[in-house]
Amino acid sequence: MSRVTSRSSVCHVGRGRTFAAVATVTQQPAQRGAPNTGRFSSSVVKKAVMAVSGIIMILYLIAHMIGNLKAFSGAESFNEYSGWIRTIGEPAVPTQTVLWIIRLVLLASVVAHFWAAYSLWAQARRARPVAYVTKKRVQQSFASRTLRWGGTIILLFIIWHILDLTVGAVNPAGGDTTPYERLIASFSNIPITLFYVVSMLLLGLHLRHGIWSAMQSLGQTNRRRERSVNALAYVVATVLTAGFLLVPLSIAFGLID
Amino acid sequence: MNLTLKVWRQVNPTVKGKMVTYHVTDVSPDMSFLEMLDVLNEQLILDNDDPIAFDHDCREGICGSCGLMINGIAHGPQQTTTCQLHMRSFSDGDVIDIEPWRSGGFPVVKDLVVDRSSFDRIIAVGGYISAPTGTAPEAHSVPVPKQDSDAAFDAATCIDCGACVAACPNGSSMLFTAAKVAHLGLMPQGQPERDTRVLKMVAQQDAENFGGCTNIGECSAVCPKGISMETISRLNHDLLGALRAGAVPAS
Ligand code: HEM
Ligand code: SF4
Ligand code: FES
Repeated sequence: MSRVTSRSSVCHVGRGRTFAAVATVTQQPAQRGAPNTGRFSSSVVKKAVMAVSGIIMILYLIAHMIGNLKAFSGAESFNEYSGWIRTIGEPAVPTQTVLWIIRLVLLASVVAHFWAAYSLWAQARRARPVAYVTKKRVQQSFASRTLRWGGTIILLFIIWHILDLTVGAVNPAGGDTTPYERLIASFSNIPITLFYVVSMLLLGLHLRHGIWSAMQSLGQTNRRRERSVNALAYVVATVLTAGFLLVPLSIAFGLID
Repeated sequence: MNLTLKVWRQVNPTVKGKMVTYHVTDVSPDMSFLEMLDVLNEQLILDNDDPIAFDHDCREGICGSCGLMINGIAHGPQQTTTCQLHMRSFSDGDVIDIEPWRSGGFPVVKDLVVDRSSFDRIIAVGGYISAPTGTAPEAHSVPVPKQDSDAAFDAATCIDCGACVAACPNGSSMLFTAAKVAHLGLMPQGQPERDTRVLKMVAQQDAENFGGCTNIGECSAVCPKGISMETISRLNHDLLGALRAGAVPAS
């Protein structure tokens, strides 16, 4: 076990010409802020919140991606699918009940995820008040470094995406259209398609690190599982990114119209 | 060999510091990095200049005092402590940047010396076990699975140097705290405090202005003792388990 002693007892602190003038000081440890004992103030609990909300979003994205592929079977099939989401559970429950449950769970996940991300970001800034003049990366991946800015862009993407394809408010074809018409209108537009592509690539990076990180945050990794967890992260990230890019790129290149 | 050093000079915690350039000549490749700094300091003293303050004690890689950021890497190019780093790792004419550990939890005292008492406070809140006093019990009376004792021993090799914090893009002390939590939590003797230990130690590290872990792995890559990322997963597992078991974080 480590000793509980005051540090920095052996350091040269002083201005002088001889070693005799070099003083030895013992710093009196100053308590910096009392520990916060609330559950959700713990950085580890915040990470667990992030991991769970992230996993919920990933499960949704898998279903969402598969649904999108309906675009390949034509307008009718796609619009039918879109209608089906709204009527799941009928007549046992009113129209859109299930859809709204999914929406609320997702909204809660996004809010929780963003809250934890923001609060850990702020904590990290306090933890490095003075930047290094020189700092090298030893092993960190590009994916792990782009989580925060990447995540922010993904958030903007989600907002725009809903306004575009769900509500139709910012869609080139307008809101009074079928889902399929909105889909085609958006991805016949080059800037919109580019934004979509960039966001999906960022999502892929986010998930490449995020899935490994979530398993680690939930205490599920160990040396034996390290390779399989990383492989899982690569596979899920790649499949989701590729799956989401398939439809817009096919429209942009005229394979679907 | 001859070297150019750019060293962080800061008079005290409140004054802003800056990098100052020095030249050292006739450095032997067999010198340790700290010995090279000693040579520079002797020269500075002869020149009536203020010697560079840096922490050191054992100079044999076990006390963890000698942390320096060397060319942007904690403890320099080898995965060892600064005192065990030798000048043969550099070549003639090199320019070497030397900075203190930088973290909210490690305020600079002077030049390259930082105050690491935050680590002591993290240990103080949970880095202990309750054991009856008196004659030591027969060691074999409490069996420990080999796997656990090996993992606990690996964690126990942490020397509290702080390189993990220095290297972490989030300034997080997670690897250090995880090493302490794993070290005691894996042993039968550490069980009574297991749940409260992890809660208190994490709460303390958050309060000390260390960042949160984002599982980037820079810490483990520079840790002179090679403490693994698995250790952090173990801490997370313990903490979530402690909350499920209803342990209270309050002291
Ligand atoms: C709303 C916009 C988003 C923001 C601002 C955001 C931000 C972040 C940040 C900063 C992290 C790193 C957490 C850390 O290590 O400290 C993270 C992790 C993660 N994100 Fe996101 N993200 C967003 C959206 C998403 C989406 C849409 C998904 C899933 C489809 C997702 C899944 C994950 C996962 C699984 C993790 C790993 C959690 C962990 O490390 O425990 N994120 N996110
Ligand atoms: S975990 Fe490694 S780098 Fe961190 S304080 Fe312990 S020995 Fe140093
Ligand atoms: S001086 Fe003790 S570890 Fe370097």
